[in-house]
Parts: sequence; C-alpha cells; structure tokens
Amino acid sequence: MASTTAKKNKLKNKDYVGVIMIIPFVVVFCIFSIYPVLRTLRLSFTNYKGYGDATFNGLDNYIRCLTDKFFWRALWNTIKMWGVNIILQLGLAFLLTIVFSDIKYKIKGLPVFRVIYYLPNLIAVTTVAILFSSLLDRSYGSVNQLLVHSGITKTPIDWLGKTSITPYVVSVIQTWMWFGNSFIMLMASVQGINNDYFEAAAIDGAGRWTVFGKITLPLIKPILLYVSITSLIGGLQLFDLPYLMCGGTVGNPAGSTQTVIMYLYKFGFETWQTGYASAVAYVLFLLVLIVSLIQFKVGGKED
Amino acid sequence: MATKIKKVILYIALILLCVICLIPFYMMMVNATRSSKQILAGFSMIPGTSIAANYKFLSSYVNLLQGMWNSVKVAVPATLLNAYFSALTAYALAIYKFKGRNVIFYVIVIFMMIPGQLSLIGFYNLCSKLKLIDSYIPLIIPAIAAPGTVFFLRQYVMSVLSPSLLEAARIDGAGELRIFHRIVLPIMGPGIATMAIGGFIGNWNSYLIPMILLNTPSKFTLPVQVASLNAVQDISNNRGAAYLALAISVIPVIVVFCFCSRWIISSITAGGVKE
Repeated sequence: MASTTAKKNKLKNKDYVGVIMIIPFVVVFCIFSIYPVLRTLRLSFTNYKGYGDATFNGLDNYIRCLTDKFFWRALWNTIKMWGVNIILQLGLAFLLTIVFSDIKYKIKGLPVFRVIYYLPNLIAVTTVAILFSSLLDRSYGSVNQLLVHSGITKTPIDWLGKTSITPYVVSVIQTWMWFGNSFIMLMASVQGINNDYFEAAAIDGAGRWTVFGKITLPLIKPILLYVSITSLIGGLQLFDLPYLMCGGTVGNPAGSTQTVIMYLYKFGFETWQTGYASAVAYVLFLLVLIVSLIQFKVGGKED
Repeated sequence: MATKIKKVILYIALILLCVICLIPFYMMMVNATRSSKQILAGFSMIPGTSIAANYKFLSSYVNLLQGMWNSVKVAVPATLLNAYFSALTAYALAIYKFKGRNVIFYVIVIFMMIPGQLSLIGFYNLCSKLKLIDSYIPLIIPAIAAPGTVFFLRQYVMSVLSPSLLEAARIDGAGELRIFHRIVLPIMGPGIATMAIGGFIGNWNSYLIPMILLNTPSKFTLPVQVASLNAVQDISNNRGAAYLALAISVIPVIVVFCFCSRWIISSITAGGVKE
C-alpha cells in the first residue's frame, strides 16, 4: 500500500513533462484550428464579401440558410450519398475482418489482399473523379462500350446524367475508394489484440462466434467507433468527387449531387458571399456536432 | 469437406473483389496507350501503340513532374510532423495527469468534428491576413495539430502500452523524453504507421485547400494540376492524352505503395508488449 502511494507521487512529479510535450500541438492548434473557427463564426454574423469592411447583420445569414430550400436539398443529397456509402463500406470492411480473423478458415494471403483492397484509396480523388467520368461517359466511356458490346444492356446507361442514378454512382465510387481503408483499420486493431486471449479461448474450446463476440468485438470497439465517426465527418464534407464529376458546384444532373460543401464553396469562393458561406459552415457544424455526440454517447455507453 | 468448399467460395469472392479494385486502373492504362480515335470507336483489353504520341501531345500543355515534386514538398514534411507530434501529444494526454488534460481532450474530440473544410473561410481569411496565399506553409504546419490522429493514438497507446513497462524504465533512471523516444514510440509503431500512411495519402490527395490557396500554376500540387487539365478543352478532347495524364499521376503513388505496403505489414504485425 505504501509503495503504491510512493510510486504515484513519483509519477505525479513528472506530470509537468506532459504539459511541455503538448505545447507544440496547442500553439499550432490555436493558430490554425481555433482561430479560423472563431473567425468563421464572427464572419457568419456579417455581410462580408471577401474584401473591405464587414457590417454586422445579426442572424440574417442563418435565417437565409435555414429557409433556403437549396441548402436543405444539398444537405439531403449529402446524407443520402454518405448513408449509402457508409452502409456498403463498413459492411464490407466488417465482413472482410470477420473472414480474415476467422480461427477456423485461416484464410491466407492477407498481406496481398489488404494491399489490393487498399489501392483505390491511394489514388488522388481528382484522378479517380476524372477517371470515372471518362470511363462512365455515356457514349464513349469504356464501361458502356463493354456493357453494350457484351449484350448486358441494349442501350448505354447515362451514369452521370440521371438524378435517379448519379448520386448512387458517387456513393459506390466512395465505397470503392474507402472500404480498404476501413478494413485495414479494423484488421490492424484485431491484430493488436494480445494473442494470449485467443490461445486461452482455444484451450477453453470456445467456438468461432464466441471468440468473435466475446473477445474480438469488444476489443476493437474503440476503433470501430473511431472509423464510424471519422467517416461521418468525412462524408458530410464530401466535395472533390461530385465537384469534379458532376460539373462543378452545380452538382449535375439538376443539382442532385450538390453537397453542402459544394453549396458552401459556391457562396464562399465563387459569388464571394463570405458572410453567408460562414453561416452555412456553422449550420453544418452544429448538425455534425449533434450527430457525433449522439454517436459518441451511444458508442461509449455500452462499456 | 463442407469447410473446404466454403473456403474455396470465400477465396473466389475475395479474388473477385480484387478484380473490382484493379479493373478501372487496367482500363486507364490500356486507354493511355490508345489514340483518341480508337478510344471513341470501342473498348479493348489490348494496349495500343499511341503512348508516345499521347505523351508528346500532353507534355506540350503541362509538366506533371513539377506537380509531383510540389506534392512531395508538401506531403512529406506534413506527414512527418503529423506522425511525431500526434504521437507525442497522444502519449502525454494518455500518461501524465496534469491539470486541464481532460479539457484538452474534449476540445480535441469537438474539433475532430470541425475539420478543415468547415473552417475553410476563416482559414482562408487567416492565410490572406498573414500573406500566406500561394505559399506551402498553411499546407504543412497545421499538420502538427491533427485532432483525429491524436484521438486515435491516445486510444491506441492506452490499449498497447503497459504501465509496468514505464515504471521499470523510470526505476532504471531513464528521462521522460528518452522513455518516449526509445520505448513508447516503437510500441506505438503500428498505430503511428497506420495513421501516418493515412495522413500521407490525405495530404497527397488533398484538393480543396491547395486549390483555394495556390494561384500560380507552377506551384500547383499534382491533384490541382490534374483537375485543371480537365478544363483544357484540347486535352479533354484528346482522350488518350487525358488517360495518360491520369496514368502518370498514379505512378508515384504506386511506387510509394510498393515501399509502404511492406512497411504497413511489418509494422502492423510487429505487435506490442507481451507480459
């Protein structure tokens, strides 16, 4: 008892080192993260146009944002595209993790599979966007040429010109890009689990699903939570892919792929209604915050 | 027997998924070697012979090597800063019990939800005030403070680092920073590697912020350069050249990948402390 107290005191005396260690982080954080966030907040209450003076206009920008049906359309587009993507992406990654960590099948070749699944994630989104808009081109794209030539479809499919198809094309491309990343995250945390647990379970004769449910799942839960939170935040910021594939901030066809960030970009950097764009950023931030906090609470409570 | 059949089915499914991952790149490579006319006429799995002509056409418009070098100049320092300082911060937050560390942790969690793009306008405003438009500094320095990486590594260090190891090192008289560099960093290796690779790719792929901040074409990073090609009518009309530009932009990534994937595997399987 006495020795533990002594040890604790010894640790306590070193705690100032921890403060020193986080100084670089805190300084850069204040300048490049906190200041821009506060600055955006300030601008959101003004009619700032990117130059000159900003005049305070109260909640006008917020009211305009919340009553603009195009904002809501952009939000819905974003959620729809993210939702379809995350179900496919996490589902696939989770399935692969189960397959590769299975103690009975002992699937081989994980290093090779992992590398190939990860490949699409390495390519710049700009390259992916332009590649797919070429491959999916209605008349001259290789995909339609293949489909028509092989007789799978009679007429070419208008992948990027139909409001009922295009948003989901974007979702599937997102999944194609990101499932390998989620899989690596989940798999890395499974491999980080101390092997003794598995050995002990094997000695006790625990079955595959018992091991998965009682050992693997609880231990990778923090990573699962992390992957889903970052994916939500990433998904609500969707920009590059639809921006480059669907004709800039318009979000062709008929605005069906215009995401919130494309909407924000349009006002912030094309028509220079900086104050209004700042308010849009804050409305989106509040939405992300609420959803994330719910996710965090729900995910953390079961422990 | 049933297990064996199931196993074969699993392998077939896994290989099919590989094909889905690779086929668009194969199509891109094939199209890069074919002339515009051939591409418009129909798809072929067999490479053509127009690669030299496509390259000649392309290089009269743009210097992709310049863009690659610019991307290296941004992504490499940003990744190193991100990995080192995130690990340091995560370790400090996980191990030391100083006042206010919970506040900092909550701020980090909240700021994970306010990523670059939401504070984009304030960030741009700050950069123009500091005269940092068209400079690489705002693309590199903020990597020191990446809340997402810190959050992940904090969770990671708490799950892999055993306190008894630290106590042992302290009893041996090792300094705190030395403990971090010699003992903690190697143990955190797999987690840092995963995050660093993710961070590098994020940086390399980054499009929106460089597009907003950089005005001079000779300073464009590769993604900005590739995207700007799309707007050049002559190139988007010459499809072979357009595919070739995409193929070239992928090459350095494949090279880095060959080097990194070995690293991912060795570091991920390196494991932590065994009692």
